[in-house]
Amino acid sequence: MRMPRVPLAWSAAGLLAAVALPWYALQEGLDSGVWLTGLWASEDYASGLGQLIAHGRWWLAPVLLALAASLVVSLLPLERERRGSLLLLASGIGLVLFVAQALGIGLRGWTADWLNVLLGELEARQVGIGAGGALVFIALLSLLSIGLALRGSFGGDAFVAGAVTTVGASIVLFTAWPILRILLQAFQDGDGAFMPALVIDRLAAEKIWSLRCLTGGGRCGVAWNTLFLALGCGAGTTALGLAFALIVTRTSFAYKKTLRVLTVLPIITPPFVIGLALILVFGRSGLVNQFLEWSMGVPSTRWIYGFQGVFLAQLLAFTPVAFLVLIGVVEGVSPTLEEASQTLRADRWATFSTVSLPLMRPGLANAFLVGFIESIADFGNPIVLGGDYGVLSTEIYFAVVGAQLDYGRAAALALLLLVFALGAFFLQRHVVGTRSYATISGKGDSGLPTPLPDRARRAAQWIALPWAGITLLLYGFAFVGGLVKVWGRDYTPTLDHYAKAFAIERSADGLIWSGAAWNSFWTTVKLAAIAAPLTAALGLLAAWLLVRQRFAGRATLEFATMLSFAVPGTVIGVAYVFAFNVPPIEITGTAMIIVLCFIFRNMPVGVRAGMAAMSQIDRSLDEASLTLRGRAPQTLIYVVLPLLRPAIVGALVYGFVRAVTTVSAVVFLVTAEYELATTYIILRVINGDYGLAIAYSCALIVLMLAVILLIQFLVGERRLGRRAPQIQGGRA
Amino acid sequence: MRTATAGIASFLALGALAFATPASAQGVLNVYCSVQVEWCTLIANEFQKASGIKVSMTQKGSGETIAQLKAEAQNPKGDVWFGGTGDPHLQAAEEGLTEVYKSPKMGELHPWAVKQNTDSGGKTVGIYAGALGFGFNTELLAKKNAKAPACWADLLKPEFKGEIQMANPNSSGTAYVAIATLVQLMGEEKAFEYLKKMHANINAYTRSGTAPMKAVARGETMVSISFVHDGVTEALAGFPVKTATPCEGTGYEIGSMSIVKGARNMANAKKFYDWALTPEAQNLEAQAKQFQVPSNKATPLPPEAPKFADMKLIDYDQAKYGKSAERKRLIARWDNEVGALPKP
Repeated sequence: MRMPRVPLAWSAAGLLAAVALPWYALQEGLDSGVWLTGLWASEDYASGLGQLIAHGRWWLAPVLLALAASLVVSLLPLERERRGSLLLLASGIGLVLFVAQALGIGLRGWTADWLNVLLGELEARQVGIGAGGALVFIALLSLLSIGLALRGSFGGDAFVAGAVTTVGASIVLFTAWPILRILLQAFQDGDGAFMPALVIDRLAAEKIWSLRCLTGGGRCGVAWNTLFLALGCGAGTTALGLAFALIVTRTSFAYKKTLRVLTVLPIITPPFVIGLALILVFGRSGLVNQFLEWSMGVPSTRWIYGFQGVFLAQLLAFTPVAFLVLIGVVEGVSPTLEEASQTLRADRWATFSTVSLPLMRPGLANAFLVGFIESIADFGNPIVLGGDYGVLSTEIYFAVVGAQLDYGRAAALALLLLVFALGAFFLQRHVVGTRSYATISGKGDSGLPTPLPDRARRAAQWIALPWAGITLLLYGFAFVGGLVKVWGRDYTPTLDHYAKAFAIERSADGLIWSGAAWNSFWTTVKLAAIAAPLTAALGLLAAWLLVRQRFAGRATLEFATMLSFAVPGTVIGVAYVFAFNVPPIEITGTAMIIVLCFIFRNMPVGVRAGMAAMSQIDRSLDEASLTLRGRAPQTLIYVVLPLLRPAIVGALVYGFVRAVTTVSAVVFLVTAEYELATTYIILRVINGDYGLAIAYSCALIVLMLAVILLIQFLVGERRLGRRAPQIQGGRA
Repeated sequence: MRTATAGIASFLALGALAFATPASAQGVLNVYCSVQVEWCTLIANEFQKASGIKVSMTQKGSGETIAQLKAEAQNPKGDVWFGGTGDPHLQAAEEGLTEVYKSPKMGELHPWAVKQNTDSGGKTVGIYAGALGFGFNTELLAKKNAKAPACWADLLKPEFKGEIQMANPNSSGTAYVAIATLVQLMGEEKAFEYLKKMHANINAYTRSGTAPMKAVARGETMVSISFVHDGVTEALAGFPVKTATPCEGTGYEIGSMSIVKGARNMANAKKFYDWALTPEAQNLEAQAKQFQVPSNKATPLPPEAPKFADMKLIDYDQAKYGKSAERKRLIARWDNEVGALPKP
């Protein structure tokens, strides 16, 4: 039996890390190698064992003992269950004590006053956990999951157990913990004293709940504003996304490829560009108004500012996300059922409305949820186009950075935002329910997809094409904006902006990247390239667990994955600084905190897309693999993943693109050393240097298009073994 | 079974990144900079040249910076906070986020810069000042045949109906300076009467303090209540913008500088602080095309800059109106009496 080898390896790896790697984080970085000579003697560089014995950090002893005990348990000849129980016990105790010492002892001894009272002042101090400590933690976590699997949890499958603990622990560490920490502030006054009544005060304010806009006497509260906008945006983006998905998959529309690229454009656009372009086209001095005034004498108005403008911008920006969620679902609806419906003499419309559409329900619900949440968390569009129309995300931003500087209020508002997200989440689960939507099964040929009924086709085209037109117009403008001297003012063509940003000079020593944008450009590319695959992997792994595995706490995990998505970026950014600026995890100012922020902020879309796609794949395929003695990992790799290609592409693309375009979450995390493209662009916009901002944005768009094509090429298309759909579009 | 490792591999990949922390703290200075990015870059480069200290500069708005200082209070990462409007600096001083320091250069500064230092208990100092006023789009004015506003009273005229933008004091320090100025100029009751009347002419209370001037530049609104030096920058960029300071008198902001409490590079921070108060350092402002009034008396004023001598400045009480409690009270009053009014 080869069971003991794995716990043996983990125990040994953990012990090795405790002996041969510095326990705490190093100022100089691990790659400097200075720690090699100081593993025992130096207080800064010592390993776990060195800290324990040579430097008197007694609280590390139980953690190391737990690892040693696991090693012994792995070596002894024991029953499977017995071994599992003992491993569980040892690693469980080790983990609890690890967390307790990490949280209890900080930069100035004990972190809480009652510990001082109880145990007396502590001289020693702890900085952030380093390579040794982190590896020991991971080893203990792995041993815990192996212990659970040996005892028969998770179907006795250690892979599933490991996956659940990995996903769970990382979400707890990098999503739940920072967010809960900042939300706690809603219950505290300015000095940190705990006052639960405050949160009611903060939330009951008339500014949040007033409904005066409906009765005609003033403004509505920000909560209602947010809700109206989000409902509109969720419904609008779902409808548009569906229209596009239907056109692309089920009609003979001639410019499908163009349409597909067009739907991707807004998603790869750095923030503020759509808003600025909208102002240029529809603003008071914009093209449309100027033309109306010139041709018909209509005085120009400011209608773009407020609900209408934000709604329009959000529709433009988030429809592609809905499209990405829906395309996999629409492609996946099996023609078999549609053919069956037609055999039973249903006409195309009846088939579409009673068979195809209901089968798309998980996709529609997911798309709505994503649209809704994107809208309530959106910050860039309301701030540019909102005017007086305040929403929760801007309100929170200004509570943090504005003249009020009231973290408590920001936290209370963030709490409200989370409640909205939670509401949408449960609504979505209620709509999808427990019915089966599986239509991708192992059975051979499943016929040809039915062309859309005329009514649906016309509706789809009527919705989608004007939208595409507006998108084209806006992008045309944005592109031109980078090529003229002063956007909106002096239209002399020039390449100056590009030269300023991306100049490369030739000198005796080779090329000099002298453009102002290169530094932030390469940092962005590097960090996004690291984050994207991790985002996709973690997201799809979580989706697979949520859809395919049954385990305790599944619903909680599902909600936790959505948590970071529902909270606006600013809150995440501040939460990350709060949580990760002090030990045990001290990573502010590093590239790692930015990468982590990318991963855990963007993972939810991967999860949603993966879940929607996976609920279409018949379980019998997994079961067939299991019957043929494939274990969980093999099933995942050889059966599920190839069928998930659209979702993988979606998650990878989204992970990369969002990492490149995100602003509000990283504003607090960037440093001089790790400056990102978007923060650089925002600074140019604030400075009124639109030409350079747009030139840079265009360069980013080109970069992202290239990356998307690369990802498509590398991952490939899903082959469903269906006949090539030679769709005759309607009457054609 | 061995694949349990695979799930956790991603975790390890992250771990590897964690330890690539930046180099040690010798001869380094971390500056949080809240002025325009060109100015920040110049300051960083020139100080590096002058002192040999490696400067790591992060540009952020003053609101964002104080939020970050608060979040980092237990374990500060920045050493000096350069620039940004005075109120957040005063607030940081009030909350104990910044350090007391008396620079030997203090004697060379304008009185308002020194007063900022005494008001804060020695924790911050003025590095530049900018007056509040109006920005207006000359093309739009011409189109409507309206006369440019010259006094606060002009803003109540019917021809500006729906044509004025100012920021929302809930989020913007600029708007708060405007309200505090009016209160000091007219008395609190009269000031709120005025603000209520002006409400009919306002088309939006923007969230950001610099937004109204940008709206003027792009022709989205005719008039803005802004800092006048921002208008100079827009005009130089080619937009039809002009500015004026109100005839009744106006308030001003004092851009400030503070040393972060518990700074890791305290000695270097003080060196930078002293250097930033010299005329050589303050000359960089004009090089970066910014037009506030520098705080060292010996620094020459660029010709485009709005001159304090041409304006009627009130004796702005930074100490009273910079206090959190007073600010909260005035903003709450504005919220209830002005902000809550229906849109005209």
